[in-house]
Amino acid sequence: MPENIRVNVHHVTRVEGHGNIVVDVRDGTLEKCELQIVETPRFFEAMLRGRPYQQASHITSRICGICAVGHATASLRATERALQVELSEQTKRLRRLAFHGEMLDSHILHVYMLVAPDFLGVGSVIPLATSHPDIVKRALRMKKFSGDLCQAIVGRHTHPIAMTVGGFTHFPTVQELEALRERAQELLADVDATVELFGALPWPTFERETEYVALVQPDDYGFIDGRIASSDGYELDVDDYRKVTNERLVPHSTAKHTAFNRDSYMVGALARFNLKHQHLSPRAKAAASHLGLKAPCYRPYLNSAAQVVEIVHCVDDAIRVLDMLIERGVEREAPAPVTLAPHARGVGACDVPRGILFHEYQIGEDGLIEEANCIIPTGQNLANIDRDMRALVPTILTEPEDQIALKLEMLVRAYDPCISCSTHFLNVEFTGK
Amino acid sequence: MSAKPKIAFFDFTSCEGCQLTVIDALQTHLGLLDLVEIVQFREAMSEKGEDYQIAFIEGSCTRKSDEARLLKIREQASAVVALGACAHLGGVNAMKNSWSIENVQTYVYGKNGKDAYESYPARPISAVIKVDAVIPGCPIDRREFLRIVQLMLQGRTPRLPDYPLCVECKLKENACLNTLGKPCLGPITRAGCDAICPTYGDGCEGCRGWHPEANFEYMREILRGHGLTDYDIDARVTMFNHYQMQQMAGHAPLSATTVPLKDDGIPMSTFAAPQEE
Repeated sequence: MPENIRVNVHHVTRVEGHGNIVVDVRDGTLEKCELQIVETPRFFEAMLRGRPYQQASHITSRICGICAVGHATASLRATERALQVELSEQTKRLRRLAFHGEMLDSHILHVYMLVAPDFLGVGSVIPLATSHPDIVKRALRMKKFSGDLCQAIVGRHTHPIAMTVGGFTHFPTVQELEALRERAQELLADVDATVELFGALPWPTFERETEYVALVQPDDYGFIDGRIASSDGYELDVDDYRKVTNERLVPHSTAKHTAFNRDSYMVGALARFNLKHQHLSPRAKAAASHLGLKAPCYRPYLNSAAQVVEIVHCVDDAIRVLDMLIERGVEREAPAPVTLAPHARGVGACDVPRGILFHEYQIGEDGLIEEANCIIPTGQNLANIDRDMRALVPTILTEPEDQIALKLEMLVRAYDPCISCSTHFLNVEFTGK
Repeated sequence: MSAKPKIAFFDFTSCEGCQLTVIDALQTHLGLLDLVEIVQFREAMSEKGEDYQIAFIEGSCTRKSDEARLLKIREQASAVVALGACAHLGGVNAMKNSWSIENVQTYVYGKNGKDAYESYPARPISAVIKVDAVIPGCPIDRREFLRIVQLMLQGRTPRLPDYPLCVECKLKENACLNTLGKPCLGPITRAGCDAICPTYGDGCEGCRGWHPEANFEYMREILRGHGLTDYDIDARVTMFNHYQMQQMAGHAPLSATTVPLKDDGIPMSTFAAPQEE
């Protein structure tokens, strides 16, 4: 085993946001192994103070260009729960469709453009367009559908326009929904081809059991609202989210970490799969078994495979929801009314592509936001990524340094870290010994 | 012939949604890749080249160390394009300028946040370097991106519409939201997005910046007519244009009046801060 290894991947590429990986082995001992976040802090929570509640979802969608619908939805749920707003079934269905659009867009971007190049031996999706044009064209077709789904419901994916407190400011026509329904049906061939492609990839076999946390709903593989569940057997109301996230500054790494029952936990597609795979659509269940996913799965690299399973599920569920909306027709409902009260608090929770996202607001009787807190999925995964890297590195130390770096980068990418999500990261200067 | 212009994408403080919109633009215009060589695009590729001619910059300048990076890009690039509202205007990032940096640092990161996070008031990149072209919007409009890139590749100078958003809204035959009692900043905002927000039933928030002849007093009058207070109006016009309104007024709008502060200007609450260990 080599005595001294220093791996420093500066600005991990093909992740959304800025992060560095640092591995430091001295005299055969792993001294340091961590993912550092070098993203600039943006202070969204501080900026929300004093803003009218109607602006919150439009401001916070700007936290992340990829999870824009997710942030807007969590923000609206926080406001709506604070202001006692009851949503109509139609509003819930339309939001569900917009959410599926984003889930698909994000997962397709991640598995095809950010993960696949690692397995196909190219630096990025751009040479892939020449070496594997069919794959890239398929990915772009699927992304186009996701974008068009969001566009029909909320105007655009980044940043959604028509979602508002209590409902929508714009409604798709039944004809538009029928056209989407038809395209979703046609897309199933691409969905099957996606499962084939990723089913054939040699996923690294590294495994480490950890605690998995996701939102759960009765009889549903849903993404909006629900209760917080853990693979260690706990279930909590979303209002108690702080008991789960326990955000804290940790001395060894400078990013804020979270911990529930153990010293780290994992959120995202694999956590959701582990906690509620029984509610996947039949086609998604078949995809999971084709991809070699069986719950409980402890292989973090397979988070990307779980995303493929969710791609299948979201297309299936989008078809189901489109059918319901087409059958009932779309009414131009006015947004549901709000009730203002002094210091009203509400928590909004959604399982966005990378895991659970929490927004919590306190809104004054004047409608101005008094307090705000947002906890993003990548922040919750950071401690777990560090622990995975610490477990992985000793098993690959004999490999060349570029291989170690690649495997670590692939591990970090598997978590699909969205570290542009501004909130709660420290700016880090590396001070090696 | 390898005379394809080399282009690079850079991100500063932003959500990276504009670069994602660029990736989306490729969905329908994959041929663009035949016309240019992308040498840096961290969000999409691992390779890195430093010999670019056109630099697209997304994000605001929000810390001292951003300045050196911006200057380095300016030195290399023959053309710098501000991509989206954060780079063009300061955008949503500048809302934090209502408070002291210590105030926002403490609110989000607790008492240790002050030393650990480098930050200063957010500014558009044009406050630091010369900018040759702007693609406005939050996020950018993908058709406008393609149009401006096309013009630049032909060696022409792209121009932005200098008329208000209302022109596009009328052409789309939208019902005017301001006449329906819904606040809309269309009358003072620069056109070019095809009035996408009013088309989806939501009033314009000014993400493309003001058009050159914007009549702010008349806009205020319209908004007061909807029952908005001056505070509400300030909140609306500062969502993307806080930096501009601050330059115009000579002070930061919406400063801390609604947030309880201690004597030293630090907020009473640290609602968003982590537990200290």
